[in-house]
Formats: sequence, structure tokens, C-alpha cells
Amino acid sequence: MTEMRYLDANATQPLRPAARDAVMAAFAASGNPSSVHQPGRHVRRIMEDAREVIAARFGGQPQDLVFTSGGTEADAAAIHAMSPGRRLVISAIEHDAVRSAAVGAAVAPVGRDGIVDLAMLEARLADGEASLVCMMLANNETGVIQPVREAAAVCRRHGALLHVDAIQAAGRMPVHLGQLGAHSLAISSHKLGGPAGVGALLLAPDAPFAEALIGGGGQERGRRGGTPSVALIAGFAAAAQASEGDDLVRLAGLRDAAEQAAVACGAVVCGDPAHRLPNTTCLALPNAAAGVQVIALDLEGIAVSAGAACSSGKVQTSHVLQAMGLGALAGQAIRVSLPWNVTPADIDAFVAAYKRVAGRLCPTLAPHAA
Amino acid sequence: MRVVVAMSGGVDSSVVAGLLHEAGHEVIGVTLQLYDHGAATGRKGACCAGQDIHDARRVADRLGISHYVIDAEERFAKAVIGNFADSYAQGETPVPCITCNQTVKFADLSALARDLGAERLATGHYVRRMDGPDGAELHRATDPARDQSWFLFATTRPQLDMCLFPLGGMEDKRTVRDVAQRLGLGVAEKPDSQDICFVPSGAYTDVIAKTRPDALAAGEIVTADGRIVGSHDGIARYTVGQGKRLGSAAVLDGQRQVVVATEPGRRRVVVGPRGTGTHTVQLRDVNWLIPMPAHDLRCAVKLRAREEPRPAIVRTDGITTTVALDDPALPAPGQACVFYLADRVLGGGIITRAAAPALQERLTA
Repeated sequence: MTEMRYLDANATQPLRPAARDAVMAAFAASGNPSSVHQPGRHVRRIMEDAREVIAARFGGQPQDLVFTSGGTEADAAAIHAMSPGRRLVISAIEHDAVRSAAVGAAVAPVGRDGIVDLAMLEARLADGEASLVCMMLANNETGVIQPVREAAAVCRRHGALLHVDAIQAAGRMPVHLGQLGAHSLAISSHKLGGPAGVGALLLAPDAPFAEALIGGGGQERGRRGGTPSVALIAGFAAAAQASEGDDLVRLAGLRDAAEQAAVACGAVVCGDPAHRLPNTTCLALPNAAAGVQVIALDLEGIAVSAGAACSSGKVQTSHVLQAMGLGALAGQAIRVSLPWNVTPADIDAFVAAYKRVAGRLCPTLAPHAA
Repeated sequence: MRVVVAMSGGVDSSVVAGLLHEAGHEVIGVTLQLYDHGAATGRKGACCAGQDIHDARRVADRLGISHYVIDAEERFAKAVIGNFADSYAQGETPVPCITCNQTVKFADLSALARDLGAERLATGHYVRRMDGPDGAELHRATDPARDQSWFLFATTRPQLDMCLFPLGGMEDKRTVRDVAQRLGLGVAEKPDSQDICFVPSGAYTDVIAKTRPDALAAGEIVTADGRIVGSHDGIARYTVGQGKRLGSAAVLDGQRQVVVATEPGRRRVVVGPRGTGTHTVQLRDVNWLIPMPAHDLRCAVKLRAREEPRPAIVRTDGITTTVALDDPALPAPGQACVFYLADRVLGGGIITRAAAPALQERLTA
């Protein structure tokens, strides 16, 4: 494999050394946290320490944190637990984790800036029918940050519940369940630089919980059956902790450098540039198919992505960019998302490759291409 | 050099990727997602990608080459499947593989290859590309049983210049399977693909029913002089030359009948005695792989995928192209008429329904 510059953090972050150490240390211990004996109590302590760390990091109480197999399960579990007897309303830019769990949901549209239209949301709730609203905190494709605190106020005014998918936001902006005023939060470990295969649903103290998605042996206070993966949970907590040390200003500076170079080649930035995660930019290159850009950049040693890759690997046109009304540009946009350990050399390599690719795919747009 | 290989997941294109990789080229495998496999097979919850895409990726993994899946669903639906149903509704029997080769495969993939900075596009087709004095030439495959040149007549000369067909010179399919075995590609004994890829069930009328139900509406079977001799359940079920599905019209006056024409407007199937034929074939969408001939071109033509070339003279003025067959035949509108000089493909076109009036004249004369 060619030496790669990895700029696809929103797909998954590179594992942080602290997380790897925590995982390996916990793997050394054998025991089931539900067991009575000393080995069981030992791993239970590792798990409960992790629970406290993660709950504190994201503004919740440890007793309200449910470990899951990942972000998708956290979203599905929240909807399963809180939607009985309620109508579902989701934003137009939710991840498929929410879209596929929220069957028959009403949709709250977004503007061209990629921000959910709160007036439209309020209109959806105005009839006072009991509802569960799902809104992500930051979008995975554009990085655009949503007005979740305001949405929570709207929801509470109309007696609706609010579930927040904070999977991309966690670690890249302040995330505090209590301050957001939402009823639940979904978090994924590997988007923070922890191991994949673990996530959490963090519930507000007043969130109802009708039913577990997986009952099983009643673990997690009956809210998620199955023996927890203590080693992955330990790595999750270590990553959550380590992410506090990330220099988000540095990250935004590097992102801006990459973005400006791409714009000079003819790229268009999708979404409100002023309200974004510091690591993400969504760049549309007019008349160049997104899939071809991703392939051409891969062959140049740059790992980025476009839209949502299905299990076949084909690149589908992004429903997020379509919802933003971007028309043909929706099929011409790639996502560049910087990982926690990105270097200026990575950005230089990206810029050089992007100029070559843009020059080849749409020579008229990139007169300065190398 | 950098080569894009169109990988279907089958043994042929896998061997192409393997041989080019072995020869030291930088191979980029590309698999086209042409249609939603889950929907096509009607299996609930099935993935949109078929097993073939999975197989192509695993072959690329084994070779250690780059591999990408390209979403060509929309393009394929419009250019190939849409055209397929429309063609039947117009009383033709289309060859979707030709349309696919012409649009999605060679036009789009050679554009992709250029976008990716590749010099060549290679496929697993059984044809030979030879360098001649006037550029690339298209020739029949060494193995006549595998020859696919009839399906590739619409490849343009610039596309042909860019193409590589490493299997054209293979002795037979066994040889190709043996190479797959030697390279450890894991698909050596995979069965050959069957019929039309987007109709895995084999019921092509299901596809037509979705967009052109008119082509499946009942109508009359008539003789050339207009006598009603039976009824049918949709002109899309009939191809010129066909002797099956004629019911009461199968034998008339002691003579076995075949379909000699279909009339989509009146929803009629016209039959005539077996052995009926025409000397004249009108073509559309003609593609030349030689400079367009200014004079009558004496050559051999193939009117169907599986038949021996027959002697004929091709005349063109650049607008209309007519083929005069030495011996009468029953060309089916929508099928291809491909011109050969020995093993070389000179060009070809799609048979039009314009042949039908000429036939009527001859029959009623």
C-alpha cells in the first residue's frame, strides 16, 4: 500500500496511544463484571471507572450512562426506549443510524447552510402531539453544528423529547448533555480515537426509558443486555479523556489551509463555514463526480470520503447535501476530515494532490494546477 | 503503466487483472454497480451489491491491487434497462449487452480511466485488438466458441485505441480457468454468467412490465395478407424468426410458420411460412471500425450472436446503410448486423424495422 495521508477522521479516528494502552491493560484482566468473585469485581471496577469518566466528559451522571456496541446502537436504543407512544420527528440530515431506526418519522428540513430550520421544527410540534425529536449535534458530512440547545428549548416548550446524535461532535467541540437540555446523547468511541465496537447512550435524569433494545441478562441496569466489553470500554474512556487535550484551534487552522487551497482550485465549500467542527470541510468540485475524486485522491495517497459508502463500497449521492438543496453539487462533494494527529505535512500533501486531481478532472476550473 | 481493469467478479476479468498485475503494470480494478441486486432478485433485505462485487473485491485483495466500486445504477437504468423495454415496445428484440458496452462500459469507463491518469482500459472480453497500419483493429477471438466481437462492434475507434483484451488470444475457457487457478484468485471454477445480468430470474418480461406494459398487451396473429390466424399475449414475447408460442397459427395450410414481423402500433404479430426471408437489411446507429467505405463493401455479416457470417454487400452514403444479403434471411429488428472480413470486424449497425415493409412487398408480390 502507498504511504497514506489519512484525512477521513469522521469515518474513524486513528486509535490514540492512551486508548490502546488502556485496552491492552484491560484485556490482561479476565473476568465478567457481573460476577461476584474477585476477578469479576476487578473488571467491574475498570468498567465503572470508565463510566464515571465518560459521563463526566459529556455532562451526564454515571448511573444514566448505558454502554452499547457503538453509536448506531446508541441511536437505535434511544429511539426504541423513548418513542413508544410518541410521534417521531427527525432532521433531514440525520445519519442512517437514526433514519433507519426512525421509521415513518416526520422530517424537519435544513437550509442551504446545512442548519436545521427551527421554525419548521416548531411548526411540526405545534399541534402538541407527544413527540420524540432526533437532531444531531454536528453533521458527519459537512461538520455543520446544529442549534441543539435552542431545539431543546423548543421541544420542552411543546412537551417533546429530544435525542441528540453527538457522535461526530464528541471530542471536537464542547458536548454537555445537561447544558444542551436534551433527553439523551449518543456517543461513539472510535470517533473519539478509541476502539471501534463500543459506544454509549447518555440519558438525562428525566428521560423515560420504556424498553431496552436488547434485554438479555439485564446488564446495564436492565437497559442493555449482554456482557459488556470491558477492554473496549476502558479504551473508550481513555480516548474520551485524551481528547480533552486536543488543540482544536490548531486543527481548525490546518483545515482552513486545506480548504483555501481547494477553493483556489475551484472548489465550493458546502455548509455554513462559521458553524462547523474544526476538523471537517465538505468540498464540492463542480462537474467532477465525487466518487472519481475519492478514487483519484486515493491513488495519490490521500484518504478522504464522499457521501455515505454502502457495504458494496459504491459512493451514493449524499442525502445530507441533497437536503441542503445543493442539486448537482451534492454528487460532486468530498469530505475532508482531519484526525487528532494530523500534521502540517499531511495538509501539504493533500493540497498538492488536490491540485493535480482538480487539474485533471476539471482543467478549466484550476488554471493554477501543477 | 497504469491500467484500469473492468472487473465483474467473474473468472475472465479476474484473470485479466491477474495477468496485467503479474506483468508488472499498476492495475486499478473497477467494478460497476449496475443495478440494485437485492431488488432485482426480489430478496427482502438483500444487499444492493451482488456476490459478484464481493468476489471482485476479494480477487483484488488477493492480488493486492486497488479496487473501487462505481455507482452506475442511474446511468444503467436509463441507457440500458430503459432502452431495453422501449425497444421491445417498438417491436424490436434488443441486445442490452451491446448498449451496455457502448455506454456504461466503454464510453464511461474509458473516461474514468483517463480521469484516473490511466493509459489503458482492459476488459475480459474475448476479442483481439491488433495494431494495424491505420490504428487499432478489432478481430474475432482465437476461440470461436468464446468470440464476443459481435457484441463489441459499437466500440468507437478512440475507445479501441485505449483498450486491452488480454483474453482474445486464449485457446479456450479451460486455459483461462487454469490461469485463475495458478494465480490463486479463488474464482477459477465460478460458473459463467447467464443471459441478461439485470434479469437474474430470467423473466425479462418482468422488466418490460414495469415500464412498458403496452408491449405485453394481447393482440392478433396475422398472415402477411392480413388474415387473422391466432392471438398472442404481447409483442415483446416475439422475435422475428421465432417459431414457438404461435398456438393455432403454428401451422397454416400444412406449412410451419415463423414470425416475420411485429407491428407494435396495431399490436400484431405477422407470421409467414418457414423459409421466408428478405435480401435487404436496413441499419441504424452504424459504427465503422474502418474509414467509411465510399463504394460497395463486399464482406460477411452476422445477424445474430450465434450464427456463421453470411456473404453480403454493405452500401452506405453516410446517412442510410443497407445490407444486401446473397441469400435471404430473417433479420430481427433490434439485433446487430456486424460486418466481418475474415476475422476482422469492419463495423456494424442495429437492424431496423425498415426491413419489414420490404419483406411485406416481397411476400405479397
